[in-house]
Amino acid sequence: MDTQIKGTPLVPGEATAPLLVSQEPLSFWGGYNPVSGEIIDRRHPLSGQFGTSHILAIPGTRGSSTTTAVLLEAIRNGVAPAGFVVTDQDTFLTLASVVADEMYGYVIPVLHITQDWFNNLKSGQKARITAEGVLIIS
Amino acid sequence: MNDLVLTEYDQSILAGEQGHAAKMALSILAKMLPVFGTDRFLDISGAHIDSSLFQGDATLEYAEKLVSLGANVSVPTTLNVGGVDIHGWKDWSVPAEWAEKSHRQMQAYQKMGCVPTWTCAPYQTSHKPTFGQQIAWGESNAIIFANSVIGARTERYPDLLDICAAITGRAPAAGLHLTEHRAGQILVELIDIPHAVQESDTFYPVLGHYIGSISQARIPVIENLEYTPNEDQLKALGAAMASSGAVALFHLIGCTPEAPTRAAAFQHREPEKTLKVTRDVLRTAFTALTTTTSTTLDLVVLGSPHFSFDEIKQLAPLLQGKSRHPDVQFLVTTNRIVRELAKSAGYLSMIEDFGGRITVDTCILTSPMLPTSVKTIMTNSAKYAYYAPGLLETAVVFGSLEDCVYSAVEGRVIQNDSLWR
Repeated sequence: MDTQIKGTPLVPGEATAPLLVSQEPLSFWGGYNPVSGEIIDRRHPLSGQFGTSHILAIPGTRGSSTTTAVLLEAIRNGVAPAGFVVTDQDTFLTLASVVADEMYGYVIPVLHITQDWFNNLKSGQKARITAEGVLIIS
Repeated sequence: MNDLVLTEYDQSILAGEQGHAAKMALSILAKMLPVFGTDRFLDISGAHIDSSLFQGDATLEYAEKLVSLGANVSVPTTLNVGGVDIHGWKDWSVPAEWAEKSHRQMQAYQKMGCVPTWTCAPYQTSHKPTFGQQIAWGESNAIIFANSVIGARTERYPDLLDICAAITGRAPAAGLHLTEHRAGQILVELIDIPHAVQESDTFYPVLGHYIGSISQARIPVIENLEYTPNEDQLKALGAAMASSGAVALFHLIGCTPEAPTRAAAFQHREPEKTLKVTRDVLRTAFTALTTTTSTTLDLVVLGSPHFSFDEIKQLAPLLQGKSRHPDVQFLVTTNRIVRELAKSAGYLSMIEDFGGRITVDTCILTSPMLPTSVKTIMTNSAKYAYYAPGLLETAVVFGSLEDCVYSAVEGRVIQNDSLWR
C-alpha cells in the first residue's frame, strides 16, 4: 500500500529512487565526495553510504557555505542524489539545484515535508517525488 | 515570479537593462526568495565571496560564465580564500591542473571587481563592516563573526549566491537582516567554569564545538562569562559553532553588541531551551575533537580561521630557541597582509628558524596541498579538527597552542587535558 505525503516543493521536479534517511543534517563540504558520491563525514550516521541514485532525506544542511559548490560539482559529475527530502527551508540544497538548472539545464527536486512525516521515513524504502510535490512511498 | 514585490530597479535588472550578468544573478536570487521566506529584496552595501573556492569544473564554469556575461560587483566586495597559494603552491603537493584552474577561478572573481583579500577572516582586515550594516557574506566563520561580534547583518549566504548579491547589490529581505530574527533562542549557562579556564584560548573552540553541535541553526546566548574574550578568542568560538552546527549568530551577554543584558539578547522573549555547560561537558567536547589515541604525528597546522597578526605574535616566542622534530611539519595558514606584517616584525624568521612554514591565499582544507604521507595532524583549531577527517582523511588531534608547539618539537602528540579536570 503506497503512502502519499504532500510536501512543499522548494525546487519542483521528479525523481524515483530508494530513500537514504538520516535525522542528522549534513555539510556537503567535507561530507560528500563530489567525484564518487560517497558521504564522507566520518561523524555522520550515513558515512560510507553513496548518495548517488538515492533520494536523500535529511533535515537540511549544516556548517560550511561551500555545500552548494560541492553539490553543484556532484551534479555536474552525475553523482548527486536523485532528489532531496528535507524538513528545513534549506537554502543551500535549493540554490545548488537552481544554479544547476541555470548552468546545465538539470534540476534536482527538493521537497519540504513536515517532521511528523519525516519521522516515518526509512532507508531503503522505494520513493517517488512527483512534479506536484507529493512523496510516494511504496 | 508574479508573487514578488519588485522595485523598478529589480524589474529593470530582470528585463536585462543592467546587463546579462545582473539579469542571471537576480533571476537566481528571485528563485531563492520563497525559500528565504520573503517576497522582496533589500539593499546591501558590502559582500564577501566564498565562491572563489575552486571545487572543480562546475565552480570554474560558473565564475567564467559570469565574467563572459560582463559581471561587475556593485558594492565593495572582499574575497575568501582561493583553491591555491598563488605564489607558493609548488612547495606543496598541489596538482598542476588544480593550481591552474584554481588560479583561473580566482582571476575570474578579480575581474568582477572584487578586492583580492584571499582570506577567511575578512573581519580582521581594513574591509571590516560596521554595526548595523546590511551585507551579504559567504564563509561560515566570517558570517558568524560579522553578525555576532560586529553586529553587521547577513544571512548564511552559500557559495554561488554571495556573488549574485554582490553583482546586484540586492539580498533577500529576510532572516538575520531583520531585527526580529536576531533574538536569542537557546540559553547557554556556564556553571562553575573557573576563571583560568575562561581565560584560556582552548576554552573558546571547545565551548563553540559543544554549542554548535546542540544548537544547530538556532541562536545561542551565552551567560555567566566573567572574562572579556579578545577578538581571536571570539573568532575561534564562532568558527567552532559554525562547523559543528549551522550557527550564524550568537550573543555573549555583556560582550557582544546586541547583548548588553539577557533581556536584550532574547529581545524580551523566553529561551526555548537551556544548556548547562560544566567542566565535564567541556571535557567531553574537548575529547570529541580528537579522533585518534596514537601519539604518531606528521603535521602541526594552525590558522583556521586564518591566523591574525596577534596570534602570530603569541606563537613566535613559543618557538624561540627550538626546532621542530624532523618528522613533523609545522604550518601556519594566513593571508598576505599578515605575512608581510609578520615579516616586518621579525616573526616570520622566527617561524622559519623553527622549521615552520607559512601558506597564504588558501588553507589545507581548500587546497589539496598536503602529501598523502600526512596521516595525523594536530591543531588548535576546532574547524580544522572538525573537517580534516572527512576532507583530508587524516586522523586529528586537538590541543592548545602550547601543546601543538610542544608536540612539534617532541615529534609525538602531547596533549594536556588538565584544564578540564
